Amino acid sequence: MNDIITTSSQENLTTIHTTCAYCGVGCGVEAEVNQDTRTATVKGLQHHPSNYGRLCSKGSALADTIGLDERLLQPEINGKAASWDRALNFVSDGFQKIIDEHGPDAVAFYASGQLLTEDYYVANKLMKGFIGSGNIDTNSRLCMSSSVVGHKRAFGTDTVPGCYEDFEQAELIVLVGSNTAWCHPVLFQRIKLHKENNPNVKVVVVDPRATATCDIADLHLQVNLGTDVWLFNGLLSYLADNNHLDSGYINGHCQGFEAALKEAQTSCGDAAHNADALGISEEDLNTFYTWFGTTEKVVTLYSQGVNQSSSGTDKVNSIINAHLATGRIGREGMGPFSMTGQPNAMGGRDVGGLANTLAGHMDFTEDNIERVGRFWQSNNMANKPGLMAVDMFDAIDEGKIKAVWIMATNPAVSMPNADKVKKALQKCELVVVSDCIADTDTVALANVKLPAIGWSEKDGTVTNSERRISRQRALFPAAGNARADWWMICKVAQRLGFGEAFNFNHSADIFREHAALSGFENHVSENGTGRRRDFDISLLQNLSDEAYETLQPIQWPVNKQHPTGKARFFAHGEFYTPSQKANFLALTPKLPKHLPTQDYPLALNSGRIRDQWHTMSRTALAPQLNQHISEPFVQMHQEDARARNLLDGQLVQVRSRWGKMTGRLNITSDVKNGDIFAPMHWTAQLSKTGRINSAVNPVVDQFSKQPESKHTPVQVSSFKASTYGFMLSRDSISWPECDYVVEVNGKQHTRYEFAHKQPIKNPIMQMLNWLGLKNEAAAKAQQLEVLSYQDETSELYRLAILNQQGQLQAVAFMAPTHQLPEPTWLAQQFEKESLQTRARHAILSGHAPAGEDIGPIVCACFSVGQKQLEKAIKEQGLSSTKEIGVCLKAGTNCGSCIPELKQLITKCQS
Amino acid sequence: MKAKLVLIGNGMAGAKLLEELMATCPDKYDISVFGNEPYGNYNRIMLSPLLSGEKTLQEIMVLDRPWYEEHGIALQVGVNKAITHLDRTSKIVTTRDGQKTSYDRLIIATGSQPFILPIEGKQLNGVMSFRDISDVEKMLKACDQYKKAVVIGAGLLGLEAAMGLCGRGMEVTVVHSNVVPLNRQLDVEAGELLQQELQARGLNFKMNAKTQRIEGDEHGQVTAIHFADGSSLQTDIVVMAIGIRPNMKLAQDAGIHCEKGIVVSDTLQTYDPTIYALGECIQHRGGTFGLVAPLYEQARVLTNHLSEHGVAQYQTLPSATKLKVTGINLFSVGAINGDEHCEFLFYRDKQQGIYKKLVLKNNVLVGVVLYGETQEGAFYNELLDNKTDLTAMRPYLMFGKALCEDQCGPAIAEAKTLNVSNAK
Repeated sequence: MNDIITTSSQENLTTIHTTCAYCGVGCGVEAEVNQDTRTATVKGLQHHPSNYGRLCSKGSALADTIGLDERLLQPEINGKAASWDRALNFVSDGFQKIIDEHGPDAVAFYASGQLLTEDYYVANKLMKGFIGSGNIDTNSRLCMSSSVVGHKRAFGTDTVPGCYEDFEQAELIVLVGSNTAWCHPVLFQRIKLHKENNPNVKVVVVDPRATATCDIADLHLQVNLGTDVWLFNGLLSYLADNNHLDSGYINGHCQGFEAALKEAQTSCGDAAHNADALGISEEDLNTFYTWFGTTEKVVTLYSQGVNQSSSGTDKVNSIINAHLATGRIGREGMGPFSMTGQPNAMGGRDVGGLANTLAGHMDFTEDNIERVGRFWQSNNMANKPGLMAVDMFDAIDEGKIKAVWIMATNPAVSMPNADKVKKALQKCELVVVSDCIADTDTVALANVKLPAIGWSEKDGTVTNSERRISRQRALFPAAGNARADWWMICKVAQRLGFGEAFNFNHSADIFREHAALSGFENHVSENGTGRRRDFDISLLQNLSDEAYETLQPIQWPVNKQHPTGKARFFAHGEFYTPSQKANFLALTPKLPKHLPTQDYPLALNSGRIRDQWHTMSRTALAPQLNQHISEPFVQMHQEDARARNLLDGQLVQVRSRWGKMTGRLNITSDVKNGDIFAPMHWTAQLSKTGRINSAVNPVVDQFSKQPESKHTPVQVSSFKASTYGFMLSRDSISWPECDYVVEVNGKQHTRYEFAHKQPIKNPIMQMLNWLGLKNEAAAKAQQLEVLSYQDETSELYRLAILNQQGQLQAVAFMAPTHQLPEPTWLAQQFEKESLQTRARHAILSGHAPAGEDIGPIVCACFSVGQKQLEKAIKEQGLSSTKEIGVCLKAGTNCGSCIPELKQLITKCQS
Repeated sequence: MKAKLVLIGNGMAGAKLLEELMATCPDKYDISVFGNEPYGNYNRIMLSPLLSGEKTLQEIMVLDRPWYEEHGIALQVGVNKAITHLDRTSKIVTTRDGQKTSYDRLIIATGSQPFILPIEGKQLNGVMSFRDISDVEKMLKACDQYKKAVVIGAGLLGLEAAMGLCGRGMEVTVVHSNVVPLNRQLDVEAGELLQQELQARGLNFKMNAKTQRIEGDEHGQVTAIHFADGSSLQTDIVVMAIGIRPNMKLAQDAGIHCEKGIVVSDTLQTYDPTIYALGECIQHRGGTFGLVAPLYEQARVLTNHLSEHGVAQYQTLPSATKLKVTGINLFSVGAINGDEHCEFLFYRDKQQGIYKKLVLKNNVLVGVVLYGETQEGAFYNELLDNKTDLTAMRPYLMFGKALCEDQCGPAIAEAKTLNVSNAK
């Protein structure tokens, strides 16, 4: 089990244990790697405590995303290939010049939860310790910064108190603002199995949408968007009224309870009123409260639905309040649990990669700045928090920040008001982007592109949602000229004159320093200013390279007290506030910042879909992940759709005060009347108009600065196209010049969905042109075969092209409405070595050959086939042509086939 | 005593009628059959494969002489047994050799004869038509003796004759008055595909040609053919396949009302209520016939009357045509070129030699051209005959019956079919 890397004697196969690149569950992956072909097969790592052998659809497809086709493999300066030396000089010179002229706060890093802890550590160290600015923020800001602040406000530090095992010991699991089934599928599977094995276990889903997660729900509270504080304030009030409080825990380990309860009772004490505010029935509300009140082992998991809100931090604290009030925290099967979206969001928080933290769970206090300065041997420490994501891009827009280095993330897609972010980057003096993918919306805006190694080449650690540090191990050597992010950061640091502090040769070196910092003066100091810190992995600071290589998944803290890690915090208080008591927060519920208006009457909610990850730059490379949902869509309640005369499957435009997107309408009762939902994934690389974040309002939570991505007032109208269609092509083609285009990567082909407002002239010829052929003669000259179908009155035009091998090369379908054949079967034909006759005849129907294969026609008058005849002769024992005639009509008109019929009878009888 | 039924003509229509009668009311009539070809009944449609050598005479026989004996039918055939006189007053027919037979009911199924161009040289040796076994025998003999042939007329029969001769080693040129062959069945696009295919198989074409005269040598043997444009072709034989004319002389002489053919009612009765007619000799509601399907339908309707079973009425429906040349699949029915109110659906797979055109009018199929792939011909024919409303099926129509049924349910196709067949 501990054979981290084993080599098989056959071929050149190596088995490597690593960690998945996607969500915050942090599943262990066992990869069988063929170095010769640079391919791998993956499966869940059996003994990894996150997943015990399971993998979700995205994780299972990891091996399909490691190809080199889409990779950025060479540094570029202003679009021209450059050596690493030149690129690094260009970056350091650029940063130095701007720092010299405008001060350290004129530069910034925007990092990512997909960086390794080691990458993150050096980036944070460089910005906060040596450049001397707090301006390093990360896409984790968009993900769980409200949880971070909520934890800090309640616990005095950013601690997730529980662990995954708690879900398997709980009797009531409350899933709030989390489509766990799609976004954290492996954890969902564990919960599902637990419930199946223990039928008394109850699951409550709190979500404005009916999602796949509701499949296991005993109760779905379909609350109004953004109203969670009402729900949990009401719960606190209910718990107090019904004698469900743990006064021992409250009095012994907490403070501020009275004020919190009073506010809860004042704002949400009336159940009927509260149910009304939540938009659910009082009965359902009471059921939930009763279950919560009477069940000891309760875990409340929450995710982006809670965090991405202008009152995200309050929502987090309202949940924590309820757990503190019942003393259900840090014990088996109990606790509030923040589920993160990224593989290393936690690692980033631990190193201090957010602009408002300093390092190693230390904030910007004078003593911490001094302490970390001493540890880093720097006298140029940042002395205040930097700008957080939305503010950071605003500062770029305003020209206050003049140089930014974006690492492993795609803010031009993922940030709210994304068009503004794009414009800000367009005018920024120096944009450096390090990424593994060559074409992302953000890479496209870079002055300097730095090729980063991808998941399959990365070597370091990541920390999952339950504080578990796992190794990501390289399956392959770095491709092309790609390098680790930590390497390039260190090289730039050296060029900026900080060589000694960044003299790392291996990720293990960085990890050891990170571990050492976590334990550095981690106690109450003599003068009383120092504090104990929860994040302490000091036992790992002397880890040998070998031990680092074979490091097994372990939950922090890892110190002398907890040498094998620690599963839970706070069962006995011991919080990290000065008083060591947890804080109850008095919370006044607040609606989302921008409410629907007459002009923008609907509330846009955004989120993930099952098979895509973030901005799809990697998952969309795996064809199987594009099958589940392949186009940007908009979910709308049937009544809202009816009021707007919209039809399922048509294209609609979503417009807010900030921007717009176009998607395919999915009419459903899964969203509430008045809400719509759109996925956050689509980028300008894959869709012309599918970026929902261009419409999302740039409102943030006042404490966490996390954007309110789950609520933007919008209007929705029909996207009036005169032509709809799709093309599937074996070779990738330029996008058709249409108003709506979506590109979908499939097996052996790429699909292009299109729609255009103006009528398209000469459609068959136009589609040929789009497919890269001037005309039919040009196709013939290339030995391509062209099939066409045309119904001019119905405006149906279809085209198929076959290559020399008889393989399907391309198909194109065009229609005046969105009702086109479902392209699954067409897509499958690209996997065939050649198109068989029946498939060829059916290809332009868009449907698999219908009916049975009747074989070659024998009776032409009645279209009776040989196979059909043989079957009838055998099964019905036909012995004369007359009997055949009675049975199948064959031979009863012109009679030409009678001799063949006779032969068939003889053949079948012998 | 049984009523006496006399049938004049032992071709496709006559023989079918006999089969139907034997199946329906074998004992009702005392039947006599007269024919001028010296055989039992053979499948005239199969003359083409007989010519090409793909079938033998044995294989194309449908009803041999013993069949007539088994069913108690008096069969009298040969040139001398052709009926040359009909006396309606005394209800007696007379053969060329003077044999008289009386009837209670008379059926005329005398068929048609090839049309011969009224041009100079039409009587020369080597000028022939393609109608019966004796024509095939003449052509086969010519194939042994000669090298070059001209076939006038690129209709179904002309092309079949040409391909037959070509298959027998002759150097054949097809002469046609239109720009494409089979222009009554195919539109220009399909016609061009067919011409290309036949050229690839060795046929020569002279299109848009008007034949002026046939030249012969001193022995009265064909040597060349001359055209209006001044050009000419050397040839040893000329096969005329430019159409047929109903054989109605017997009826006309007997004073039965004839126009283009023997005029019959919907029950296939002539103006003389004891005399019926069917097949290529008749004219029904202004139309004449040349294909097998309507003849068979006429035989069924007539049997229905002769058996006194019912009140069936014959209805002329568009007839589908096919070319009986091995490996060439084409199917055509209805208004293939449509009119300004028609809508057209096209399918093209040129490299596979496939072209399909469906002509719709008011959501009903009115014309079909299938070239290269004809499997769905029967389905389209059924939709066309039944005037099925195709509004729902239209997007799938081109791709055949199975898909239409998958998408629109079997009810549409089936129910319509049932209704109509009940009506029949």
